[in-house]
Order: sequence, then structure tokens, then C-alpha cells
Amino acid sequence: MTDTTRKEPFEGHKKLERNVTLLAAATLLTVAVGGIVEIAPLFWIDNTIEKVEGMRPYTPLEQAGRDIYIREGCYVCHSQMIRPFRDEVERYGHYSLAAESMYDHPFQWGSKRTGPDLARVGGRYSDAWHVQHLKAPRSVVPESIMPSYAFLAEAELKVADPAANLTALRRVGVPYTDADIAKAGADLIAQADPNADAGDLATRYPKAQIRDYDGDPTRVTEMDALVAYLQMLGTLVDVDSAAAQEALTKEKGR
Amino acid sequence: MEAVVRRLGVWALVLLAAISAIALTPDSGFAIHMGIVALVAVILIIATLGTYDPLAKAQSIFRMPPGPSRYDDDVVRWGVIATMFWGIAGLLAGVFIAAQLAFPWLNLEPWFNFGRLRPLHTSAVIFAFGGNALLATSFYVVQRTCRATLALPGTARFVFWGYQLFIVLAATGYLLGISQGKEYAEPEWYVDLWLTVVWLAYLAVFVGTILKRNEPHIYVANWFFLAFIITVAMLHVVNNLALPVSLMGAKSYSAFAGVQDALTQWWYGHNAVGFFLTAGFLAMMYYFVPKQAGRPVYSYRLSIIHFWSLIFLYIWAGPHHLHYTALPDWAQTLGMVFSVMLWMPSWGGMINGLMTLNGAWDKVRTDPIIRMMVLALAFYGMSTFEGPMLSIKAVNSLSHYTDWTIGHVHSGALGWNGMITFACVYYLVPRLWQQPRLYSLRMINWHFWLATLGIVFYAASMWVAGITQGLMWREYGSDGYLVNSFVDTVAALHPMYILRAVGGLMYLSGAIIMVYNIWMTILGHQRDEAPMGDTAHDEANDRPIVAEPAE
Repeated sequence: MTDTTRKEPFEGHKKLERNVTLLAAATLLTVAVGGIVEIAPLFWIDNTIEKVEGMRPYTPLEQAGRDIYIREGCYVCHSQMIRPFRDEVERYGHYSLAAESMYDHPFQWGSKRTGPDLARVGGRYSDAWHVQHLKAPRSVVPESIMPSYAFLAEAELKVADPAANLTALRRVGVPYTDADIAKAGADLIAQADPNADAGDLATRYPKAQIRDYDGDPTRVTEMDALVAYLQMLGTLVDVDSAAAQEALTKEKGR
Repeated sequence: MEAVVRRLGVWALVLLAAISAIALTPDSGFAIHMGIVALVAVILIIATLGTYDPLAKAQSIFRMPPGPSRYDDDVVRWGVIATMFWGIAGLLAGVFIAAQLAFPWLNLEPWFNFGRLRPLHTSAVIFAFGGNALLATSFYVVQRTCRATLALPGTARFVFWGYQLFIVLAATGYLLGISQGKEYAEPEWYVDLWLTVVWLAYLAVFVGTILKRNEPHIYVANWFFLAFIITVAMLHVVNNLALPVSLMGAKSYSAFAGVQDALTQWWYGHNAVGFFLTAGFLAMMYYFVPKQAGRPVYSYRLSIIHFWSLIFLYIWAGPHHLHYTALPDWAQTLGMVFSVMLWMPSWGGMINGLMTLNGAWDKVRTDPIIRMMVLALAFYGMSTFEGPMLSIKAVNSLSHYTDWTIGHVHSGALGWNGMITFACVYYLVPRLWQQPRLYSLRMINWHFWLATLGIVFYAASMWVAGITQGLMWREYGSDGYLVNSFVDTVAALHPMYILRAVGGLMYLSGAIIMVYNIWMTILGHQRDEAPMGDTAHDEANDRPIVAEPAE
């Protein structure tokens, strides 16, 4: 070539190709941008999660049920996120609000509906239906392809240290009070045992449902915990109340 | 001797720590995991103490060539064996859970229920099969393109065996019910910490080898491997930030909640696809396709443009997994726009790969390995078109939560990742085991067609299933009511689930033929077979055709 002043395109790139430190640093910088711009603002933009009435942390029993839900991988077939479409709202209830999963560590929105959405399943079926359905799904829904979970009714609910679970959750941001943590062990049993004294459980956890869930009042099983969790899903926020509707109409800038 | 004593001390400490953890923990799953760690420590102690050398024993089983070779290929050979082993395990788990969806009585509670086996399948194929393929090929490629042996050979061995321990802990954990409940990031905090250590060691070996290179330039395949290693480290660490309940138990709670956790998870989840299954595998493509074709990479400039744009754009695409959810709209829209833009750099990679075959297209007819590579690139192109399409909100409103997504990921995973891995393994085995050729080329042909037909069955049935279900969910009658109950849509998918399992079984059969072919090659056999593609010259027929008069 005679024209030596004209640079080849991408000449500058050769610098990167000769220096692995530069290449690695440029790569890290390039891949960091997207996450910083997209994810970080969610932690400080106020309207990411609008405040709604009624949200409270899970009771120890509900949280134990949620841990079983995660352990069994229920999220691989069930979502907990109703989209704002006419058919979904008619089928499952009011579309899900961000605030409704604000105490979910981790979130369980799911990505696949091999089975139906569970975000508002609480109160839709009786305890007895849930127990029967979990033990033998096809005895109540013949076409169901769900695995059976009969072993949950046989397994005594064993939570190594309920207070430690709540403490860990408090450290990651769930507002449990000192009283909640001190009474975690007692709350865990009392919520599923009709003969025990639940104390102030219902005041500390508004709308907590206190009863035997699995049809066996003599003991507290994993079935009790899981059904207690399912029965409270979507019941905390009264999305149809006038106040909630008013709050939603003010919503803007999303 | 002093080194032996020191090593013994370390293993004994590990053993002691594991045993005390077993004694102290109230958590049975955690105790079993610590039992596995203790077992590994015992094996290491025996191996250090005695003359019994399990590694040498195992090497002789797999007929690994003795003595030092030009490059440090020991780890690469183990990586190839592990790729094949975990590949079969992961595909088998996949066929089994596919059958469970068609025939629910196959669920064997509690350990073999779908909910526990599905993470086992996804982790086995992505991280065990794909991960080992990436380890093996990256160590192979970086040595050849840098003309240097592996830096830190001891660390390289630690990376390989440490990664296998990660896989075993993850897989057994799922069956025991140890899960964080975040898709593709299910392993609990202590397994995550272990993987972080192994991964940083991997980065050290890889960068170390590049540092001692005897070539002025870093070859394009290594840019992709480097981006894959760095980005996966970033994603893994951030998404797995969690607080353990106790140091003596498996349970932990994610540091994030709700919306923030969701976006962090899909930032991770989508880029596990973008960097683990795309950047890493493009690196394989950039070395092995030119090698097998005997042609240089089509365009140097295209590789620069598509490398930087690919790694920049991929990171933004995560929110398309959260369309119409409670994630703020601006984030969803941003995710959609970047996903659509991502189409172009993805096709840049496909074009660079396919055009490399310019002047060598005839080999598609005669060389089944090239044919596999071409099919892999074609599937890469197809699924990177389908992906942006599914990320458009209007399309996503139909496809999300359905089997269309499952079909989409499998056309990418089986078609692109699977096929390019198989092609690379076929390329590597005769070279690594110093054999003149593979046992059989015709068996590769069988593998190719079984796999291709299997993918067609799989993808087609899942497209139909997904669109069927999406349309049935939103179907309204003239009376203004929903037509279908949820379970109607489940029942409607039954035939599609059977067809999908058949497709998976065909794909698995192809892989089993491959294992046999590879095994015979390693043993040093060569099948006596007619060469492929050549039609033999028939002297008797080499004459003008003369019309014969009718009688």
C-alpha cells in the first residue's frame, strides 16, 4: 500500500488482541453496563413497588410451607404471577401486584404453567380438597399430570430452628419483630394445632388462619405447612376494596 | 516427603471438618453432602498414602496415552470422558421427565418426582454436559492457539475434579430436596461458594496460559472463552447472594426479594444462555469449524463487530422473561428492544461460521462431522431468530408460560449446543488418543440423522403444544365466558407430550451410538466399512445407453 497515513479499520482493536488484561477489562466493562442500568434502579425508584394495605411477613408455619414448596420444585410447573389479561384475571383473579411478593426470598413467579397459576389460590378450595389433591391428584382431577405428594402427610414438620429462619429473613429485609422471632417456635405449632394456645399470633400476623389443615389434629405435618401456605396465597391484599382501587387509579409513570 | 505430609494434613482437616459437620447438623440432606465431601477426602488420603493410584488406574481403563505429549492434554481427555458421561445422564433424565409429563404414574415420590428431577435434567445438560465440553475444549484450544502448555497444570486438574464435585453435590442435592428455588441456580450457598473457588481457578489457568503465549495475537476463540468465564463469574456471584440460616445447614434465603429478585434471576438466567451456551460455544465454533473445514475464518472484521455487540447486548435481554409481570414497564420494554437487536450479532456469528465453509461445501456430503457443524450453526441461526421474536411483547403474551418456550430452548440446546459439542468430540477423540481415525464414520451418520429427526419431533410437538395451550387459555365462547378449564388444556397436550418423549428418545439413541463409537476408537479399533460419499466406479456400466427396439 502506498497510502500509509490511512489507517486500516479496526487497527485499534489490535491493541486489545495483544493484551489480555486490557481485553478482560474491556469485556467486564461491556457486560457490566446492562445490569447496572437495568437492575440497579429497581432498588431505588420508588414506584417499582407501590405500597398496598395488608402485606405482612409470612407466619413461621406459612414460611415453612413455602420452604417445602421450594424444596419440591413446585415452581417448575406453577407460576405465581397473574398477568393483566382478561382471561387470566377471570381465571385466577386480579393481576399480581409487585408488593405482593415483596417478602418473597426468593421470588416464586415461575416461568411455566404445566399446572395453573397459584398466586391467588388461597381460599379457593377447602383444606380437605388440597390434602386429597396433594395425596392423589388424579382422584380429584382425573386428567391431572401432577406427581403425588402423599409423603407430606406422613412427614412430621421438622424445622431445625424456626427463630433462626426468621432471623435470617429479617437480615435480608423482612420486618419481623423481636416478638415474632422469640415466639417463632411456638407460633409454628400453634397455627396448625387447634388445641394449642395461639396467643397473640393473629394480632402480630393479621389474617393468619389458625386451624388444623391436614385433617390430623394430633400432629403437625409437612402437609399442614404446605396447605397453610397455599391457603394464604393472595389473601393478604384486598385488591377489590374501594381503597385499593383508588390507589390503583392514581398509579402512573410505570 | 514434606509435601506429602502437608497434603495429608490438608485432606485430614477436610475429613475432620466434614465429619464434625455431619455430627452437628440437624439437616439430613446437608449431612449426606458432607458425607460425599468426607468420602472424597478419604479417597485422597488413601491415594496420597499408599501406592494405590486411582487416577493412574482410571487412566488405564480409558486407555489414555502414557507419558507427556506435546501439549498438556490429560485434563482435556478427562473432560471429553466427563462430557460423554454427563451427556448421557442428562439426556436420560430429560427423556424420563418428558415421559412423566405424558404418564404421571412414572413419578416416584419423593426423590423422583418431576419437581426434583427437572432441575437435575437442566443442570446436568447445561452445567455438566455443556460445562465439561467447555472446560475440555477451552483447555485444548487455548494451548494450540497460544502455542503454549497450560499454565498452572496442578490448578487445571483441580478445576476439572473440583467441577465434578460441584456437579455431584448439585445433582444429589436436587434429589434430596436441597434447592434455592431459582431456576438454573438451584444449588445452595455452600455449593455456590465451592463453584466460585473452582471458577476463579479456571480463570487463573485460562488467563495464565494466554499470558505465556508465543503468539502475538489472542485468537478470536479465546476472546469468547474469556468473555464466557468472566461473565459467568459475575452472574453467578451476584445472583446467588444469599444468607445461610446456619453454617451447619443447607438452607439459605436470597438476599433479594420479589421484583428485584426476579430481575436479578433472569439477568442471570438469560445470560447463562448468552454466555454459557452462546459465547462459550461460539468459541468452540471459531476453532473447530475452521479446523475441520480446513479453511480460515470467513471475516476478521465481522468477528470483532459481532463479538463486542453480542456481549454488550445480551446482558440487557433478561427482562423478556418477565413480560406483563409486576416488573416495571420501562424495564420490560428495554428488555424487548435489546432482545430484538440481539438478532443481528447472533446472526453475525452464524454467518461467520457458515461462510467459513466457502470453498469446502462439498465436504458436507462426505464429512459427517462438518455436516453436524453446519446443522449446529443452522439451528443456532434459527433459535436466535425465534428468541427475538418470542421477546416481542405481543408474541410473548401468547407464548409465555407455555411449551413454546420449552421447544425454543431445546431447538437451541439440542440443535446448537448438542450438535456442535458432538462434532467437537468427534474431532478431538482420535487426536487426543493418538488414533489414526475414528472407529466409524457411518455411525456418525446414524447419529446425525437420529439427532436431527429427534429435534424435529421435539421442536414441532412443542410448538404445537405451546400454541395450542396459549390459544385455549384465552379462548372465549359467544356467550362471553372462557371456553376451557385449565385441565382441558392439560388433557389436550397429552399426544404432544408423547411425541416429544419420542423425539428425546431418538436424540438419546444417537448419543448412545456416539458413546459406542468413541469407546471403540479409544480402544484402538477401526470398523471395516465402505467409505462415505464415494460412489464406486462401475466399469461395466460405463457405456452409452442405447435404446433397444421393442420386440
